[in-house]
Amino acid sequence: MKLNANIPEGQIDKKWTNHKFNLKLVNPSNKRKYDIIVVGTGLAGASAAASLGELGYNVKVFTIHDSPRRAHSIAAQGGINAAKNYPNDGDSIWRLFHDTVKGGDYRAREANVYRLAEISNQIIDHCAALGVPFGREYSGTLANRSFGGAQVSRTFYTRGQTGQQLLLGAYSAMMRQINTGKVEMFSRREMVELIISNGKARGIIARNRITGELETHTADAVLLCTGGYANAFFLSTNASDCNVSAAWTAYKNGALFANPCYTQIHPTCIPRSGDHQSKLTLMSESLRNDGRIWVPKKKDDDRKPSDIPEDERDYYLERRYPAFGNLVPRDIASRAAKVVVDEGRGVGPTKQAVYLDFRDAIKRKGEDAIKEAYGNLFDMYYQITDEDGYQVPMRIFPAPHYTMGGLWVDYNLMTNIPGLFALGEANFSDHGANRLGASALMQGLADGFFIIPSTIGGYLAANKFEKMDEKDKAGIEAAEKVNEKIKRLFAIKGKKTPTEFHKQLGNVMWNGCGMSRNEQDLKQALKKIPEIREEFWKDVMVPGSDGELNPTLEKALRVADYLEFAELMLKDAIERNESSGGHFREESATAEGEAKRNDADYSYVGAWQYDGEGKDPILNKEELTFENVKIAERSYK
Amino acid sequence: MSDIMKNFSVTINVWRQNSASDKGSMVSYPVNDVSPAMSFLEMLDVLNEDLIKKGDSPIVVESDCREGICGCCGLVIDGNTHGPDKNSTVCQLHMRRFKDGDVITVEPWRVKSFPVIKDLAVDRSAMENIMQAGGYVSVNTGAAPDANAVLINRADAEESMDAAACIGCGACITACPNGAAMLFTAAKISQLALLPQGHPERKERAINMVEAMDKEGFGNCTNEYECEAVCPKEIKVSNIARMNREFLIANFLSNK
Repeated sequence: MKLNANIPEGQIDKKWTNHKFNLKLVNPSNKRKYDIIVVGTGLAGASAAASLGELGYNVKVFTIHDSPRRAHSIAAQGGINAAKNYPNDGDSIWRLFHDTVKGGDYRAREANVYRLAEISNQIIDHCAALGVPFGREYSGTLANRSFGGAQVSRTFYTRGQTGQQLLLGAYSAMMRQINTGKVEMFSRREMVELIISNGKARGIIARNRITGELETHTADAVLLCTGGYANAFFLSTNASDCNVSAAWTAYKNGALFANPCYTQIHPTCIPRSGDHQSKLTLMSESLRNDGRIWVPKKKDDDRKPSDIPEDERDYYLERRYPAFGNLVPRDIASRAAKVVVDEGRGVGPTKQAVYLDFRDAIKRKGEDAIKEAYGNLFDMYYQITDEDGYQVPMRIFPAPHYTMGGLWVDYNLMTNIPGLFALGEANFSDHGANRLGASALMQGLADGFFIIPSTIGGYLAANKFEKMDEKDKAGIEAAEKVNEKIKRLFAIKGKKTPTEFHKQLGNVMWNGCGMSRNEQDLKQALKKIPEIREEFWKDVMVPGSDGELNPTLEKALRVADYLEFAELMLKDAIERNESSGGHFREESATAEGEAKRNDADYSYVGAWQYDGEGKDPILNKEELTFENVKIAERSYK
Repeated sequence: MSDIMKNFSVTINVWRQNSASDKGSMVSYPVNDVSPAMSFLEMLDVLNEDLIKKGDSPIVVESDCREGICGCCGLVIDGNTHGPDKNSTVCQLHMRRFKDGDVITVEPWRVKSFPVIKDLAVDRSAMENIMQAGGYVSVNTGAAPDANAVLINRADAEESMDAAACIGCGACITACPNGAAMLFTAAKISQLALLPQGHPERKERAINMVEAMDKEGFGNCTNEYECEAVCPKEIKVSNIARMNREFLIANFLSNK
């Protein structure tokens, strides 16, 4: 397949402005003639629904939860980047663009990233106007903090709850549109199929989680704002409802899935405590501003941390990366932790952890200052571990957190299926092989508030749409597909729960396709997945019926998709025999063990195409060219 | 440290109700091999896994982020809204809080405005209707001035954030003897009343949100302070006083 990213001509800083001018417009009084479906109400979905409603489109928005405010964007803690340069420390749109391309290890599209940096400032303006209570200086101006991968302070925040406040801001804007009637909300619905008619995305099948009814909803365009797939690892920092199913359905209907192997393992999570563990909890990486990360120099050192003298501690990030120290990007911090744990220098009861120590910061700034900056994170740590982070160093370990890969989209955020758009974490577009901290919130809101309102008009104005309703053949067939799958699941009546299969899958993925990957382990994992899948379809147990709130059925449907998706993730990881960003291949490392990119062979987006049941997917390549950022080895030393 | 505590057994006495129209009853289940490091919800996961394997329907319990921010979870444990820990959601409760042989009673939010959907899951959509009535600033995307063009006193911004921290779980409503949604509504009204961005619409907001609250059948505040006591985000009843002021002033100055 020939991939056309539709990147506008011209100088990078003029592309977006020119493109907006060149896009066709929908006349204000014609907008009400178009129906748009938005699936998901996180930052991307809520902001898209709000902005499109403001413009006058008829929007139907779907959330899996009882309320849109529960979407997992709510859990983002640290902040949101913008190139305001309020602290006067040398920031600019150009620098944010540059840092993001470099942070993504030169595997993102320049034009998309530049646009993101360009829009970043407007996001802050709009969110402040929406009543987001950003942290402020005594002067009344907005405050900034530093984040990994940058040497300027460009991160805006609302204590440790930035995702919550931004989501509630976008949610409130959407609720206003619901009140005007421009946006219609469908809660407790899960998208289970995509409706395609005459080659265009024209609707979805949504399962009503309370009644089990399969509802057909048609529209002129469909926006998937359905988040990432980190739960493929079972244990991740994602909420339990986060799933790949909407994106996977799109893929099986012909949408390309790009770079599935790019997953982000977040360095500052609370370690697991046992087999019962249902999720891992992240603590904002802003903690690395003041916390120092270390392990004992000696292997199997069982002394209490306070008994280990200064010269027997290894502050390994400060040692290996003196320029960035504890603030190296996430992928580097995570791998460095794995290295010391693999050397037998891990700490705590499981030895699968490193220390994050605030002793020096408390000495320097006082406990009150630390409490003010991170109090809620210390509380959270205490609730989970029963340990006081002010007194003893916290124990942390990396955990899957975010996925850079996602549905392939062009510059307009449209997938290769006309009328099917993907926004936020659900697309692959802006973070390359690694996302910098505080950039997910920026991207979700850029896509929803500022990009889609322009680009969707271009699509709608340039196309003709036949009348369609729920009685259309395409919709009936799509619903029938889902019905059959559900019937099959109930008929198995096996001995294992969907969660058991999910755990099994997660184990294989974490061991074979986690922080450090090699061909042998990847291939072994790839062999195991079809075996687990086969067992799943023979031995899964789904009690109850379809016509009721049935969490086991929902889980089974999602796990079934993960069991297919995992294979694609592994194939992509095998195919990409280079180390880039979150994807570290042991075969591609420098003598010091640092990641080694291979620009000659792998400077492309790997976009996978479904080719039917049981067939190998087809790899399409979108070559990446860099005209504005000088490609260099990504060094934080 | 918790890892030296031994595993233990408890009995869960839990509300089971098949559907909104079903009568429902308490059912007892033993749970063995409980680790003190488990969260309360993970303990219920273990029980549910056993039920599924036997072909029984698991207990429906809502939760999602399991880190105390999404507001999905909400249980009454031994009569305590969100469990025995103060300023905490039920997903943050850990089994180290219990001991061997404990009989633990688990019930859903019980308040008229939140009908039970199934077992421990309730319908909280009445809260959405309050937000929809005015919990926003009516600014269109693209219309905002530079964020620093409007300066905000730091203490005001912090106080606004204290109110904005609400996670919409509904604990305040279920703990209130009157089933009032005053703290929930007041938190949003306060957040926006404390910020200049919220001022142009403050009168309409106060009137519309309070009206929506009454329309949904929530009760009134009689200063019981139960809401503040159970709020996982420590939202203060002083917000209710602010809401009442906003509402009074709005009515007093209304042109209608």
